[in-house]
Amino acid sequence: MPDLGIEVLFAGRNMARMLGGLWVALRISLVSAALGIPSGILLGVVMRMKNPVTKILTRLYLEVVRILPQLVLLFLVFFGTTRMFGWNLEAETAAIIVFTFWGTAEMGDLVRGALAGIPAHQYESGAALGLTMPQIYRFIVIPQTLRRLIPLSINLVTRMIKTTSLVMMIGVVEVLKVTQQIIEANRVAHPQAAFGLYGAVFVFYFLACWPISLLAGYLEKKWS
Amino acid sequence: MDWEVIVQYLPLYGEAAKLTLCIGWMGILFAVGIGLLCAVITHYRIPLLWQLVRLYVELFRNTPLLVQLFFLYFGLPKAGIPMTAETCGTLGLALLGGSYMAEAFRSSLCAVPVMQTESARSLGMTRTQAFVYVVLPQAVSVGVPAFTANVIFLLKETSVFSAVSLMDLMFTAKDLIGLYYKTAESLALLVAFYLMILLPVSVLGSLAERRMRYAGSGD
Repeated sequence: MPDLGIEVLFAGRNMARMLGGLWVALRISLVSAALGIPSGILLGVVMRMKNPVTKILTRLYLEVVRILPQLVLLFLVFFGTTRMFGWNLEAETAAIIVFTFWGTAEMGDLVRGALAGIPAHQYESGAALGLTMPQIYRFIVIPQTLRRLIPLSINLVTRMIKTTSLVMMIGVVEVLKVTQQIIEANRVAHPQAAFGLYGAVFVFYFLACWPISLLAGYLEKKWS
Repeated sequence: MDWEVIVQYLPLYGEAAKLTLCIGWMGILFAVGIGLLCAVITHYRIPLLWQLVRLYVELFRNTPLLVQLFFLYFGLPKAGIPMTAETCGTLGLALLGGSYMAEAFRSSLCAVPVMQTESARSLGMTRTQAFVYVVLPQAVSVGVPAFTANVIFLLKETSVFSAVSLMDLMFTAKDLIGLYYKTAESLALLVAFYLMILLPVSVLGSLAERRMRYAGSGD
């Protein structure tokens, strides 16, 4: 029975290298989430303003970022800026810029939705009880919004982790690229290794995202 | 911007868009089928099958399409299951989409209150009648936003097909940039073609959402 990749996976430092590659992708998504979530909250609040100019501008930004595939955005920033402005961005920097922009848009829409979901009578009841505006936000609106928002933003993080696998296509050496290198290096001795190694990448991504999804699902059920 | 170049590139992008659309819609069609089947299985908790479906849905919802495609296209042939790039793209999209659609359909079936089934039954409808005439129309109405969001998501996901050497829009753009260095023109066409594919779907989706908003029972 030929080796389907299990032997190669555990040989030498192969597994450690693959996990290192996974960390490169995870790092990009975590940095983008750390930047994108706070700015998304800000965007969501701005989107709730009644000013027509901010309304149109934020809407436009949201639609443009969300309608294009993330890979197209990556290409635009990575290849486009070099050509148009002469910037020589590192692939990883380009990826962080794109995912932050995208994450901000997605988070902004979640925040807008969560704020819009608080019925007007909540504000009015608070005012009728004699609460001031800051008190209404502090004790009534923000706690309810957070309960809706936290599971959704945790889900956004898993979506970011899944989307960062695209950075391989602009040349970041992450888990898929490392795996390709390992397969190439073992081409002669273990020609069938691709099955097990790509299977392992599949499992790695699943193990990275699944617990986070479970947490989001648990919180959603608990707070709804 | 060099317009001559753009005119020259147009047919190449047209071909690529055709491929993207072909595989995209085929994959989505299969995804809807898989999703419906899985949703019914989980909704009625058919023993054994139900657990398998949960496993499948969790596996494919928590991994990126790119990794799935790599496994299907480069991994499976080593275990004796070869496939062409087209089959691989369609299958990958169908499996990914199936798991998302299953989740969307299941939650819209769950969103119809049990009271609706009970009321229909007490009016003398059979189980099937209650499902077809009362539950299903409301579930469809509730499910439209999630469904259109999934369709747009899946069409966007087709952009990774170039990784398994399918000559789609991304592949064409990258190829042309590498060959002739007409970066601005290639990227502009890329964006234009994706907008041409995705904007109509997005607009139709919001129209359908507005038309189908009739289920407001029970509140």
